[in-house]
Amino acid sequence: MRDGQRLSLHVPEPEVRPGDKPDFSKVTIPKAGSVRRPEVDADPETIRDLAFSIIRVLNREGEAVGPWAGTLTTEELLEGLKHMMLLRAFDARMLTAQRQGKTSFYMQHLGEEAVSCAFQRALLPGDMNFPTYRQAGLLIAGGYPMVDMMNQIYSNDADPLKGRQLPVLYSARDHGFFTVSGNLATQYIQAVGWAMASAIKQDTKIAAGWIGDGSTAESDFHTALVFASTYRAPVILNVVNNQWAISTFQGVARGGSGTFAARGLGYGLPSLRVDGNDYLAVHAVAKWAAERARQNIGPTLIEYVTYRVGAHSTSDDPSAYRPKEESEAWPLGDPVIRLKNHLIRIGAWSEERHKQAEAEIRDTVVAAQKEAERHGTLHSGGRPSMRDMFEGVYAEMPAHLKRQRQQAGV
Amino acid sequence: MPRMTMIEAIRSAIDVSMGRDDNVVVFGEDVGYFGGVFRCTQGLQQKYGKTRCFDAPISESGIVGAAIGMAAYGLKPCIEIQFADYMYPAYDQLTQEAARLRYRSNGEFTCPMVVRMPTGGGIFGGQTHSQSPEALFTHVCGLQVVVPSNPYDAKGLLISAIENPDPVIFLEPKRLYNGPFDGHHDRPVTSWAGHPLGEVPEDHYAVPLGKAVVRREGSAVTVLAYGTMVHVAQATAEETSIDAEVIDLRTLLPLDLETIVQSVKKTGRCMVVHEATLTSGYGAELVSLVQEHCFFHLEAPVIRVAGWDTPYPHAQEWDYFPGPARVGQALREMMEA
Repeated sequence: MRDGQRLSLHVPEPEVRPGDKPDFSKVTIPKAGSVRRPEVDADPETIRDLAFSIIRVLNREGEAVGPWAGTLTTEELLEGLKHMMLLRAFDARMLTAQRQGKTSFYMQHLGEEAVSCAFQRALLPGDMNFPTYRQAGLLIAGGYPMVDMMNQIYSNDADPLKGRQLPVLYSARDHGFFTVSGNLATQYIQAVGWAMASAIKQDTKIAAGWIGDGSTAESDFHTALVFASTYRAPVILNVVNNQWAISTFQGVARGGSGTFAARGLGYGLPSLRVDGNDYLAVHAVAKWAAERARQNIGPTLIEYVTYRVGAHSTSDDPSAYRPKEESEAWPLGDPVIRLKNHLIRIGAWSEERHKQAEAEIRDTVVAAQKEAERHGTLHSGGRPSMRDMFEGVYAEMPAHLKRQRQQAGV
Repeated sequence: MPRMTMIEAIRSAIDVSMGRDDNVVVFGEDVGYFGGVFRCTQGLQQKYGKTRCFDAPISESGIVGAAIGMAAYGLKPCIEIQFADYMYPAYDQLTQEAARLRYRSNGEFTCPMVVRMPTGGGIFGGQTHSQSPEALFTHVCGLQVVVPSNPYDAKGLLISAIENPDPVIFLEPKRLYNGPFDGHHDRPVTSWAGHPLGEVPEDHYAVPLGKAVVRREGSAVTVLAYGTMVHVAQATAEETSIDAEVIDLRTLLPLDLETIVQSVKKTGRCMVVHEATLTSGYGAELVSLVQEHCFFHLEAPVIRVAGWDTPYPHAQEWDYFPGPARVGQALREMMEA
């Protein structure tokens, strides 16, 4: 028997579990407006503190304060509110549709609407997102037809992807939305490669990679940071920290690191942490990073601190692993309500107009849904043909696939 | 006609392609300033500049992942994995991403990309510099798999691969880089200088993907081979005086089934030779296709001669390698069957 202290394995646990009282007392929330805004060409070494704070613009009174405020006009903020409301209404309808058996699967954004909706407004036509499954706000805010999203979700005969992909794994090249992969983190390094290509061709376009807190543990995340750093690629590397990776709390991926943004520091990347439920802050930080990329200065890592209010997917039940009341205790609030309150505060909006807008948006979504359902749902009506299954594996169908198609009788 | 080694032929293919198309970019470990550990990209950085031929971090998943992003943008990356044995960290990117972009996006995003990697043993590389992982790629729908056996084909096939609209895995038998190795490791090394397929045009030409070629006509038995084993099979046929028809598959996927079936129907016998391990190797696919399409013409069971189902050993390299002795014995047994 060897002498010395017996070792023990540390396995992290969240603060609370079902039945416990939600507790976010350890989440430090700086006051809105308190975090400085450096110049976009700042030396990353001089702004390391931004990886450990939270950039916020909207305060509790609904005012936009501090150096990151003022990147959007009132008109743009009203549009932003509508985008988030549209995404929320869209999610609600599609969740119901899934429960009605009209599709196999759905993933909602509840609580995270500001992240993708506000980010998209910092991009220009021709830029390319490499999203995960929870950034449909990029499409909504980019004006992609909702009915095409539904057609994809239903895998019906108007599905732009011919029924080949799991619901919500959209592809929309002309809207700067790269085909979503079902496996995680692979798109992060691809975003860097796309941005490198833009730089190789001396183009002006930039790329944005997306990843969740849990998937930052994948090697592709770290690989992407190495490549982005080495080649100073014009890319924005987004980490959406919504606290939960299915049932696994963010501490399991984060480990001993203070924040996910801090991961970028070792690679020499400017790394910013932002209130993901603050539409104005998300846009301001995204715009800062986009300017940096467009000016050929290099990549930026952004951590959006938010909370996944809903289940991971329709196949998940969060009440099994976290307190039901946890989302209400989340200290950064609801992104839709916060922007609404801000617009009311500045006199550009009212409770009545909000209610009216909710009703109008619901009607818009219902109308789109009706149109989509005319093309069928997963188990009834029109569906992609069996021939479509064999097409598109290669540009030209090889002989062995032709034989198989023949065997299948199509 | 100029004479080239397979290394020079590969370099020439990349050079010609980069000259013709600005979208062809080359990167990988040590490929930039130094020109690659096997020198296949030597001089390309000087000629085309650092943004079209450059060194990458030691990260195969990064090299392939970045190349996929570049291909989605519209470039045509021709990347190098230093040894095929190093491709495993990139396997996710190759199989679930590169191979599927076209399908899953309904053609919105495609992946015109070539992934070159030296394959096979015979250089005392041990178990991590000798593997032949072709079956791990032929099993993946959306990929195409090419294995040249000589300088002329290497250049023409690589040009075809670079010009192909979909991803191609280009496996370069490293023991053939400098000469047509027939498995007689104890004999003096021969070079491509005296071999007819070492004559390689300087300019652009293409050898089409998906077309096999009969290297040696014969009537007794059909031997299906690719890469180094083509030379082993040819040499064995001469040495045993068994009138074997040797087919060089050149492309494993898509496969030229027609040439195979035509030959086996003529000879009535078929043997597959590959250096990769036996079980679930590409030979299993070939044997299955041959029995399916030629069963009533067969006079003997279709057999495989392959690497043993062990990791590629170091000291026992030549006991492992399916050389002329093993292939010859199997041929004789087959003719007696």
